[in-house]
Amino acid sequence: MWKWLHPYANPETTYHLSDRVIPWFGWLSGSLLTIGLVWALLFAPADYQQGDSFRIFYLHVPAASLSMGIYLGMAIAALCGMVWQLKLSDAAVAALAPVGAVFTAIALFTGAAWGKPMWGTWWVWDARLTSELVLLFLYLGVIAINNAFEDKQMAGKAASIIALVGVINLPIIKYSVEWWNTLHQGATVSKLGKPAMSLEMFWPFVVCFLGFAFFVATVTCIRFKTEILLRNSSRPWVKNLMLEQAK
Amino acid sequence: MQFDSITAFLDMGGYGFFVWLSFGFGLIALLTLVLQSKSALKRAKSDIAKRIVTEQKQKLAAQQQNNHR
Repeated sequence: MWKWLHPYANPETTYHLSDRVIPWFGWLSGSLLTIGLVWALLFAPADYQQGDSFRIFYLHVPAASLSMGIYLGMAIAALCGMVWQLKLSDAAVAALAPVGAVFTAIALFTGAAWGKPMWGTWWVWDARLTSELVLLFLYLGVIAINNAFEDKQMAGKAASIIALVGVINLPIIKYSVEWWNTLHQGATVSKLGKPAMSLEMFWPFVVCFLGFAFFVATVTCIRFKTEILLRNSSRPWVKNLMLEQAK
Repeated sequence: MQFDSITAFLDMGGYGFFVWLSFGFGLIALLTLVLQSKSALKRAKSDIAKRIVTEQKQKLAAQQQNNHR
């Protein structure tokens, strides 16, 4: 496996790999999101308690679970960067943070817009909402630190530390609805075994979720390319590539 | 199809404002992210290209100065 992975520690190989997968991820994301959102907004049944406000679910839940998934990915990249001193890991951390921040913001915003009609309030300082807000601040911290240092290597190290320390927040978000009394409802989809929802609602959710996941992959690859270029701008392969593209 | 008319679809059983507020925000946020990511890549490429051109010019100028001596 190491032999197979080894070439991808080389920025040039990885740059071209991301370049190649972007159109595939992009098209997958576009078509899955079109199918999923039309299904979710027009054809999925309304909830027996929440009526059509339930349709916010198809954006809120994928955004929230991806906001945590992206953080986990970012933290793993940070760990690899610290253990093996891979410069590409720093680029991955820097590429993932803004994407995660946007998904966290969407989760928080749609949660507020769903909470207002269902709970009667836009916001409460309870465990689930507060820990998700902390997640947003962690992302913003990683972004700010990456931008604060002129020296990319130092920035990467500092950002990785924040990213790793923040991992403690993930189980807190995940289990907040079980550990504390909260307005937020418990898990609907991720219960082990059968999901606690009807299949007519479950399948459009799966399609939406995959669509958003491929969206994350597409945007992350674009940002990853940028970060690789910025960190290798004086290498011969970047120079040759730029000259080729300028033709 | 869960809705009889466009109006019913937009109304979302009375929750129209909240549903469209959510999806509107999501759409704007994701679009902004894509456009910003693409323009950042473009900017990085053009910055690097500019630097290469400047470096080449400097090299050329240095060579010419050497030739005059």
